[in-house]
Amino acid sequence: MRVGVVTFPGSLDDRDAMRAVRLAGAEPVALWHGEHDLKGVDAIVLPGGFSYGDYLRAGAIAARSPIMAEVIDAANGGMPVLGICNGFQILVEAHLLPGGLIRNDHGDFIRRDQRLRVESTASAWTNGFTEGQEIVIPLKNGEGGYIADETTLDRLEGEGLVAFRYLDVNPNGSLRDIAGLRNERGNVVGLMPHPEHAVEAGFGPDTTSAMRSGTDGLTFFTSVLKQSVLN
Amino acid sequence: MPTIVVEVMPKAELLDPAGKAVAGAIHRLGENRITDVRLGKRFELHVDGEVDDALLDTARQLAADLLSNGVIEDVVSVHVAQTVTAGA
Repeated sequence: MRVGVVTFPGSLDDRDAMRAVRLAGAEPVALWHGEHDLKGVDAIVLPGGFSYGDYLRAGAIAARSPIMAEVIDAANGGMPVLGICNGFQILVEAHLLPGGLIRNDHGDFIRRDQRLRVESTASAWTNGFTEGQEIVIPLKNGEGGYIADETTLDRLEGEGLVAFRYLDVNPNGSLRDIAGLRNERGNVVGLMPHPEHAVEAGFGPDTTSAMRSGTDGLTFFTSVLKQSVLN
Repeated sequence: MPTIVVEVMPKAELLDPAGKAVAGAIHRLGENRITDVRLGKRFELHVDGEVDDALLDTARQLAADLLSNGVIEDVVSVHVAQTVTAGA
């Protein structure tokens, strides 16, 4: 399976995402924001970073970059697409997921190993988890506050589209502790925390068994291996 | 050269941490009659030629689709300014 990772000007975690894809047993393929070529990939990751300096709004300019026309078409056709942090912001700006992300309510950038609850396993990127499973992956953002109007929030909850919720603390003021979403079809998932930074023992969050041994993020990338196009 | 000015503000019901930080600085300077600050954006779109109704419509469309995000912001004004003060 070939998984494309899009590099935008200002992407930071594109290489980490490619490493995660490789560790999961798939072939990472570098994609470039300025081209209209998905290079025949079977799934796409929009990585973290500060695309276009986050000018205008986080993810706003990247959402209108050349390759996003193809990414949006592919997502609407059922191809698995994962947006991590800035990638999540790009997905909401591209209207592939509802709502918006605003500056953290406390005003500061935050970095912490974040405990999450997996709320939905009905997606291409979460099917390897169990419903209600608790995981720890790193979080690092300045504009991670998820917002949407009450009607949208109620619909997301009612249709089971909340994919991840923050546990212990709400690190950025996200409404209803929402850390990540999936779309109705389950092929598109976006979240603020970074699964690609918890895929190899020795380089992940601390666990009770050993320092930096957390690899909960790897399941995102092994999940997508099970299915390429959702119907 | 005519200029179309677009002004965008964070929605009134949303917390505006940047505005809150500015308000804090004003209060530290001792001015407590100013109770609250909200911080938005002003875009100046420079136009080659005349601004007609069609171009204003285009600017309104761009304001809604690109320059603002309706989930978190409101476009509060789209208007033509014939002269824009540079600096202050």
